[in-house]
Amino acid sequence: MVASGRYNVVAMCLAIPGRVDEILNEGDLLIGRVNFGGIVKRVCLDYVPDIEVGEYAIVHVGFAISKLDAETAEKTLEVFRKMGMLEEELASEEEAFARAAAAPQSNCPDGSCGVESESAGQQVGESAKVH
Amino acid sequence: MKYLTEFRNGEIAQRIAREIHAATTRPWKIMEVCGGQTHSIIKNGIDQMLPAGVEMVHGPGCPVCVTPLELIDKALAIAAQPGVIFCSFGDMLRVPGTDRDLFQVKGAGGDVRIVYSPLDAVDLAVKNPDKQVVFFGVGFETTAPANAMSVHVAKRRGIKNFSVLVSHVLVPPAIEAILSAPGTDINGFLAAGHVCSVMGYWEYPPIAKHFRVPIVVTGFEPLDLLDGIRRTVIQLEAGKHEVENAYERVVTFQGNKPAQKLLSEVFEVTDRAWRGIGVIPKSGWRLNADYREFDAEYRFEITGIHTEESPLCKSGDVLRGVIKPAACPAFGKQCTPRHPLGATMVSSEGACAAYFNYGRFLSAEELAGAGKVGS
Repeated sequence: MVASGRYNVVAMCLAIPGRVDEILNEGDLLIGRVNFGGIVKRVCLDYVPDIEVGEYAIVHVGFAISKLDAETAEKTLEVFRKMGMLEEELASEEEAFARAAAAPQSNCPDGSCGVESESAGQQVGESAKVH
Repeated sequence: MKYLTEFRNGEIAQRIAREIHAATTRPWKIMEVCGGQTHSIIKNGIDQMLPAGVEMVHGPGCPVCVTPLELIDKALAIAAQPGVIFCSFGDMLRVPGTDRDLFQVKGAGGDVRIVYSPLDAVDLAVKNPDKQVVFFGVGFETTAPANAMSVHVAKRRGIKNFSVLVSHVLVPPAIEAILSAPGTDINGFLAAGHVCSVMGYWEYPPIAKHFRVPIVVTGFEPLDLLDGIRRTVIQLEAGKHEVENAYERVVTFQGNKPAQKLLSEVFEVTDRAWRGIGVIPKSGWRLNADYREFDAEYRFEITGIHTEESPLCKSGDVLRGVIKPAACPAFGKQCTPRHPLGATMVSSEGACAAYFNYGRFLSAEELAGAGKVGS
């Protein structure tokens, strides 16, 4: 799915749930190690200051913005994982650059290299070429 | 794709879709404001599960799409300067300016970095005291608290080589602008769930009342979107125009108070130009006077940059929901994700890119006639 013909690097309005594994008091900021289904990121917890280890929060660009319950969080994580959204949101800098480099090339403008389509099928891209 | 089939055939999705069909007696136009929701609707074929008369109109809620070309050119001019480390989210890298994009600036020797969080850019400034580190702070209310904190921390720590190029945009003024436009025919709105997780939804009841439109706070998952549409249709059929929260597990009426507090401390409301739409009064945030020293537009000499948009591109009409992407004469021809004329084709959240990438080249009738669409 990486560099799969779409320009997907980081969906700027997507926020995903993660579990706080550890809270680190780093001087003037409340920083947590937050686990997103196995991928752990450093996240600023200043906007949810009462959060505790083991609790879940919705995280956007490295900031927890809202707490939510464990069951809901795990369900949402599963949905986003299936939709391929976790890898987009949590990509490393190298992965993100690789996608930015590769994605336009695989989006061939005349449709001859195929356009990934999950709702209408590859044939639609092909038939569009004919029209 | 397996997941799509699982979702569409799922018991709950089927049930909600049936309820929407059962409730609908006439045509309705519902706008989802958020680009992430547009992406999810098209990717999951949610629009194809709705009754023929219920039309999803894609709104201006993609932060990349609405960033004016002029600001992209300013970003490129800063990023190309020697001694600058230019930090951005990945979304912005392939957004074309007048003659290049950030990725090409990097290829030509510019120090362009993709960061996960704006705080990573602050760290880079500390580690590189001889460089100017600039963060490209684009986004809606969801992203603004992160950018506000980066500037706040930089000021508190006395970091002098960090600045942000800010172009924050706000959802409620955009909804009002769309509803105030002549000839607008949007009947209801799905409000963006994650924007509301920060801001709450206390700003919406006056809009719903004044324009007599239901506004339903909605999440991003396919079932959330279906449920948001269901609630909007039920209100419309009952002649109601209330604000409803279909994303209660994340969103409260008041929103995130600590975030709103810092936002009001760091930013001030300003008129903002939206790409393809034009200036919407009081529709953005900029750094206020206390934080102006961290504003890259003041720190770098870029005020002379003025850019016009491509005349072929109809992204403004797409962003306002006046036309669907495929109705633009340039769609799929002069304008593709590889050679985008407007930002709606560039960003993964852009309506044009979503249509192109998910095979919506043809009208629904043509697709049905060609027998290509299974439901």
